[in-house]
Amino acid sequence: MKNWMLGLALVCVIPACVTINIYFPAAAAEKAADKIIDDVWQLKNGADNPAVNKEASPASAAE
Amino acid sequence: MKKILLGLMLLATLIGSQFVAAAADLEVNTPAISAIKNSMQSRHGQLGAFYASGAIGLTKDGLIAVKDANAVPLAQRGALTGLVKDENADRSKLYKEIAVANGHPEWQAEIQSTFAGRWIDKAQSGWWVQGAGGWTQK
Repeated sequence: MKNWMLGLALVCVIPACVTINIYFPAAAAEKAADKIIDDVWQLKNGADNPAVNKEASPASAAE
Repeated sequence: MKKILLGLMLLATLIGSQFVAAAADLEVNTPAISAIKNSMQSRHGQLGAFYASGAIGLTKDGLIAVKDANAVPLAQRGALTGLVKDENADRSKLYKEIAVANGHPEWQAEIQSTFAGRWIDKAQSGWWVQGAGGWTQK
């Protein structure tokens, strides 16, 4: 009886882990996108590109 | 018996949340991604003026497109078309490389749509961006 219950629990737990693993990390993707865009457009630290109109957002000045 | 089951479920939830916390950052520092980034960065020097003049704009699918070819002298149009084509090739490659670098090639479309929103958010005022209803100027 105990083994049967444990088996059931495992059956529930293992797919849960797999589901979590493949879920798309939207927040992390946004962060990565921001970092790459800042680099490509040189929006942060030492913008030597002539920018027409820069919106200086003080957020996320890390790195 | 039910308590054991409940306990196991709770444990699974806890482990699950740790999993998410551990994966808080996406890997974007591979040589392939850096190379694409550098290529895009140097191209941006040429594209900047075209964004400002409205010749090109940011599309809602994370790419760029020629919006108004008339904003560019005839002699430059061929070069502009080439720039847009190269930029879009780089962008598509970038989205794919990020997905692959993180072990999930199937994330490419979601990464692309995430970028689409961020490019548009970060676009300078005066630039043209594509929304659900067509082109608008920021």
